Amino acid sequence: MADILVYALHYEGAFNKNSLGAVSEGARLAAEAGGECHAVVVGGSDLTDELCATLGRYGAAKVFRAEAPEGLAQPVIDVMAKVMDDNGHRYALFGGGLLGFEIGAGLAARLNAGVTMEVTGVNVVGGELQAERPILGDSSISTSKYKDRGIIIGRLNAFEIRGDGAGDAVVESVQVELSPWSTRAKMVQRGEQRGADVDIEGADILVAGGRGLGKAEGFELCDELAKAFGGNAAVAATRAVVDAGWYPYAAQIGQTGKTVSPKLYLAAGISGAIQHKVGMQSSENIVAINKDANAPIFEFSDLGIVGDLNKILPKLAEAVKAKKGS
Amino acid sequence: MKICVLVKEVPDAAVQKRIDPSTGRMDRNGEKNLNPYDTHAIEAAMQIREGGAVEVDEIVAVTMGPSTAIRALHKAVSLGADRSVHLSDDALAGSDVAATGYALAQTLKRESPDLVLLGQQSDDGECYTIGAVVADHLQMPSLTQVIQMDVEAGPPTQLRCERQAEYGYDTVQVELPAVISVGDAINEPRYPSLKAIMGAKKKPLDALAIGDVDIAADRVGESGSKVICGDFKAPPAKSAGEIIEDEDTNETVEKIVAWLDERKLI
Ligand SMILES: Cc1cc2nc3c(=O)[nH]c(=O)nc-3n(C[C@H](O)[C@H](O)[C@H](O)COP(=O)(O)OP(=O)(O)OC[C@H]3O[C@@H](n4cnc5c(N)ncnc54)[C@H](O)[C@@H]3O)c2cc1C
Ligand SMILES: Nc1ncnc2c1ncn2[C@@H]1O[C@H](COP(=O)(O)O)[C@@H](O)[C@H]1O
Repeated sequence: MADILVYALHYEGAFNKNSLGAVSEGARLAAEAGGECHAVVVGGSDLTDELCATLGRYGAAKVFRAEAPEGLAQPVIDVMAKVMDDNGHRYALFGGGLLGFEIGAGLAARLNAGVTMEVTGVNVVGGELQAERPILGDSSISTSKYKDRGIIIGRLNAFEIRGDGAGDAVVESVQVELSPWSTRAKMVQRGEQRGADVDIEGADILVAGGRGLGKAEGFELCDELAKAFGGNAAVAATRAVVDAGWYPYAAQIGQTGKTVSPKLYLAAGISGAIQHKVGMQSSENIVAINKDANAPIFEFSDLGIVGDLNKILPKLAEAVKAKKGS
Repeated sequence: MKICVLVKEVPDAAVQKRIDPSTGRMDRNGEKNLNPYDTHAIEAAMQIREGGAVEVDEIVAVTMGPSTAIRALHKAVSLGADRSVHLSDDALAGSDVAATGYALAQTLKRESPDLVLLGQQSDDGECYTIGAVVADHLQMPSLTQVIQMDVEAGPPTQLRCERQAEYGYDTVQVELPAVISVGDAINEPRYPSLKAIMGAKKKPLDALAIGDVDIAADRVGESGSKVICGDFKAPPAKSAGEIIEDEDTNETVEKIVAWLDERKLI
């Protein structure tokens, strides 16, 4: 039986968008492979019957619920390993996200299973799942087949959410004894927002800055340009500069930040790492300024400028301002 | 306390990466270097040693890879590791993520480390998952992408770690022994001194084969891997973007404005 178990991450009473995409995808694949899609949820009393049952709308026939600390990978590995062993699931599926990577990899170790990450597409071939994964900076796509059990970890936003399923899922509580090592990591604080609360999701134009800005003050160049565009323009950032404290977390695009699709995304001093790309690749127009002609970002820009942002940004802000005024 | 740092040899970023179509494996020829992300893991180990909250007896660099990987170990030693361990065996060729993590875990067991540090990702693999695999085999708590790590002397010795996850910054208290992958924002790696570079080759290096560390041959290599990778194909073609080389900035800016104007973006 090719049943598929999907991990559904939740936070503050709502399921993660990428998890809902994974449940939808799991349901589609299970139907095609002749099995069922089940979800697994891990957390505390906020995981009510009602909340869990809503996963049925996305196609989960059953939801396994375990009480354990949330936000950390290892308790979920304990739960999923037990649920898969007890119920004979052949595949585990995860939406894109940091925890999915950690859980999926640890689960592969536990179950001696095959694992593929950054998956952008899954197909059913002869009743079995095959995963497509872009490699080498997305220049090639490889297909993974699994000799035995398979663990598939999606890329951020890879799976479409389809919330038109049958209705409520059956909810089954499971008791799982956590491994001793799973209890030796404790969440002290989860989901801390650092820096100002800025809105980049509503903006039509985003001027995004990366490490190439050189220092926190470099963001002034981005601010100036965004101001020149006026109206609905905002400034965004990469994880590298957010982690460095140059810009607030709320403005971060990518794997562990926001997903945006503005009319114009203009990158200054951003290399274009996959984890950044997944959050902005559906922007309508992508412009990049980078001094390195080989920067990966040029592979997916509509307009690329090879040059020094310190020279270009101030003049560009002037010119945009002038154009607006004319 | 003993710290093991996992390091890896990767193709130099400047070298075009490619797949060998006959074997389906990554072509790892050409210039090689220590994975830049791993230098942050070594630096993190050095800062724990120098921080003084706990006594660090030894920092050991560990790698699995072909004979050339020795150079990555030499670099790791020049950056501060006291000695190194090199797992190399023909039987390991073609190992997938799970098999690689298993082999590294078996190698680490021989060292009984209190802390295993590794980089946030390998420059060539883009999978950032080895840490989680290794941790499950070693039965240790684990966290990836850590950008701030403070040691609290025990017992039990604990690490207070911070990292960015899907909803913001998480702070997690981890009891040792543990496996931690560090993000590149955690520190600024130092440059090795000339003396350290010269002396690196003289530091002890254990060369091990799979038999030396109790690795089951049927769990590694291509045959021991549970994933079969192949059928490489090109991604859907995307029309190449326009490129402007900035020579005269006034002219460049004019072109950008015209381009934006054409698309009604100004
Ligand atoms: C699990 C995981 C999750 C991640 N999540 C995210 C995420 O959510 N968002 C994210 O952005 N990243 C994320 N990352 C990090 C990602 O891999 C990259 O490290 C990061 O995006 C790099 O940021 P950057 O482009 O600002 O810096 P760099 O990669 O250092 O690039 C800086 C660029 O600036 C250019 N430059 C330098 N000086 C100039 C100049 N004067 N003029 C013009 N160009 C210049 C350089 O050529 C270079 O290309 C994640 C990584 C992992 C492993
Ligand atoms: N073959 C290897 N030998 C030693 N360490 C490795 C190896 N492969 C990966 N690592 C470590 O695991 C980290 C994450 O790699 P990856 O999961 O491949 O992206 C790297 O930064 C290294 O520290």
